[in-house]
Amino acid sequence: MPMKKWVVLHGLFLGSTLLGLSACGGSPINAKPPGETRPVVTASTAVEESHNHAVHEFMLANGMKLIVKEDHRAPVVVSQIWYKVGASYEHIGITGVSHVLEHMMFKGTKKHPPGEFSRIISENGGRENAFTGRDYTSYFQQLEKSRLPIAFELEADRMRNLHLQEEEFQKERNVVVEERRLRTEDKPSALTYEKFMATAFQVNPYHNPVIGWMDDLQSLTLEDLHSWYRTWYSPNNATLVVVGDVQPQAVRALAQQHFGRIPPSTLPAQKPRREPPQLGERRVTVQAPAEVPVLIMGYKTPVLHTTDEPWKAYALEVLANVLDGGDSARISRELIRGKAIAASAGAGYDLSARHDSLLTLEGTPAQGQKIATVEQALREQVARLHRERVSAKELSRIKAQVTAAKVYELDSVFYQAMHIGMLETVGLEWQEAERYAERINAVTAEQVQQVAREFLTEENLTVAILKPLPISSQSKKVGRHVSH
Amino acid sequence: MSATKRLFTLCAALLLSGIATANPNIQHWQTSNGARVYFVPAPELPMVDVRVTFNAGSARDGDKPGLAMLTNGMLEEGAGKLNANAIAEQFDRLGANTSFGSLRDMATASLRSLSDEKLLQPAVETFAQLLREPSFPADALERVRKQMLVGLRHESQSPGSLGSKAFYRALYNDHPYASSSSGTMKSVLGLSRREVQAFHRHYYVGNNAVVAIVGAVTRKRAEKLAEQVVGTLSAGKAAPALPAADALQKASSQHIEHPATQTHVLLGQPGMRRGDADYFALYIGNHILGGSGLVSRISDEIREKRGLSYSAYSYFSPMAAEGPYLLSLQTKTESTEEALTVLRATLARFIADGPSEAELIASKKNITGGFALNVDSNKDILGYIAMIGFYGLPLNYLDSFIERVNAVTVSQIHDAFKRRIHPDKMVLITVGENG
Repeated sequence: MPMKKWVVLHGLFLGSTLLGLSACGGSPINAKPPGETRPVVTASTAVEESHNHAVHEFMLANGMKLIVKEDHRAPVVVSQIWYKVGASYEHIGITGVSHVLEHMMFKGTKKHPPGEFSRIISENGGRENAFTGRDYTSYFQQLEKSRLPIAFELEADRMRNLHLQEEEFQKERNVVVEERRLRTEDKPSALTYEKFMATAFQVNPYHNPVIGWMDDLQSLTLEDLHSWYRTWYSPNNATLVVVGDVQPQAVRALAQQHFGRIPPSTLPAQKPRREPPQLGERRVTVQAPAEVPVLIMGYKTPVLHTTDEPWKAYALEVLANVLDGGDSARISRELIRGKAIAASAGAGYDLSARHDSLLTLEGTPAQGQKIATVEQALREQVARLHRERVSAKELSRIKAQVTAAKVYELDSVFYQAMHIGMLETVGLEWQEAERYAERINAVTAEQVQQVAREFLTEENLTVAILKPLPISSQSKKVGRHVSH
Repeated sequence: MSATKRLFTLCAALLLSGIATANPNIQHWQTSNGARVYFVPAPELPMVDVRVTFNAGSARDGDKPGLAMLTNGMLEEGAGKLNANAIAEQFDRLGANTSFGSLRDMATASLRSLSDEKLLQPAVETFAQLLREPSFPADALERVRKQMLVGLRHESQSPGSLGSKAFYRALYNDHPYASSSSGTMKSVLGLSRREVQAFHRHYYVGNNAVVAIVGAVTRKRAEKLAEQVVGTLSAGKAAPALPAADALQKASSQHIEHPATQTHVLLGQPGMRRGDADYFALYIGNHILGGSGLVSRISDEIREKRGLSYSAYSYFSPMAAEGPYLLSLQTKTESTEEALTVLRATLARFIADGPSEAELIASKKNITGGFALNVDSNKDILGYIAMIGFYGLPLNYLDSFIERVNAVTVSQIHDAFKRRIHPDKMVLITVGENG
């Protein structure tokens, strides 16, 4: 599917799949001599054998971080560059600018005209795409391993030499407006989620949707983009992640060759933008043409990056899994089967956000059931977490799943790179991924109960409900004709 | 959730296959009860993937649309003495993942487990039990039926699903592909437990199954694994071939009124089957026309030059019978005519003139140059061998792919599109406001 350049909407719909398209090209490699680099850390992790899956971290002199993970299973490589900018860096008036800029990054530099980036990668048999989230903007190429220099050359070029043109911008903004219609305006559950986030957060920038408010998109200017680009696209605001059948020192040299001469810039100081205490439950109703009602509940929580006590974030992660970590977890067992109240329901927690976030519960009533019944049942699940400690059996099930998932994750070089890039970009370290299983394993039943009591409280709760308005779908034959 | 999209994923995976050197070595044999097994050893990671594909998709629904999907959806709801909770607990506690799926051509059941025998053995045993002796508990059946009804209501609020269902109906008339895998409100309400049991008995049998295995097991273990998973199913019979889909005799158009800011446009006709003689010419031709993302002609005309749509594309879904050829986009209501005109003109020009030599070279480079990416994970390899097995493609399919791509000429593409693609006899579906 041609889903180039898309937004990642976080929170409720975790785990948006990020897979690129196919493209290709076999072009010549620049033969500049490698420059100087300072390896800062060279950490090896012992996931399996020592040579495979070893992670190496380097810092170029201009402040760009490079992380290389070896995976020699197949002769392929993925290169992802992660910029520390996204919707949570924006303010109202220019919401959506990070994502529109991401689209414009394919619209040419002084050296390469619009569309050429994609053509070159395509002719090299590559897949490429980009994604924007609340806390990051990331660009990637997946290639046969010998073609990595092509990706670096193009990516380095557009880090500083983007040629933003009015005419291309006008067209691309229209494309993004169409994207917003497709993803949000005409999708009642997405509209509900947007209102939900805007209600839960008044000050915290997660208030704004990643794709931007329609009015902001339509009044965005080329100068807004220029300014955003100049401010955030620099080597000292980027992490380059490479995973695949590569030699770390060779990748380091190549990165130095292409990115090493780009001067660093001064980055603006970040304001905290913390949400004040909520002081009471909030409810919002969305009325839109739809067939199926939706309930979203969210409790304000800290995340790994914002808490002084990392165990709390991991305890919340375990809590989410107690509710919704597999078909044997409580929500499936009790709400979907059991009482058969919900046709679908789930829980989610975004451990690796940059700002305080939410533990969300969501559900759709089973045929013949009411949304209020689903809400009541989910609230009862929360009350039970306050009341009772989770069982040893549940904890051991979660641990088994985490252990297995750690192996399964290695089946995708793309996902391995993604995990590293995301952690680094939200202010954590890639090593957090290595510690994940251990941290989960250390969580106790008491800790789960403690975070439930501390954060899953009524004054921290926001509830959004989609109330369907009638759709009068009808079809008509508009005539049969022989066309051109 | 649209079946079209899922199908496309499968097709795209198969289409982009082939490399000379690093191809997986596919081992093939049959179980004692006739199931065909395809195995690729992958010792690097301590895990195993198994997928069983039955020729039991919704094309076998007959006058009971939704039956294949309900049957497949019931497999985890009870087996032997295990109820749904016990089944779920068993897989979760072992760290194993399962997934089930139902498309027009096929029904699938997949298991991913660590290869440690202490985990693998019990996971495989339970998985096998689901396929062999599902108990279809009556209360679970009512619940899953209701879930399907909610699914249908979901589809009726989604312009994409509405369009896709109308597209298949118009393309296939009385062919089994016409009806949606998810059925209709009426048909789903009418399905009985007895029908589900009979469907399972008839189609979930050895001679109607293909087993794909990729992972850290030896050939000997893989043989045992295949026997464990499907060897105790009754041998049964392979499902008969599906009838051919008739070509459309004239153009038709249908508008579905739906409250939305965009109109979804779907244009197309029956396309080709797996193993079609024109496969490579049509596949590469479409790659140039609308199958290669932003660099394709359709995306260039609709999105890059005019900013009319986020996503404009075309694809073939080769299936057991002639799967659809679809050209599609979404655009704001007031641009519908303009976008459709450009789409039709782009197609017409391609059929009239064919691709340029430069376009063909670029597409070949794209398809062949990145082939290693298509087989770089156990998951990808599993998808390929399941597909090769199900559609009876040759075992050297991946090895010969690049060669066959490279052999295609501009004139072959031009000729194939002229013979096979008929813009004057296409179905047009629009979903949106004020058609």
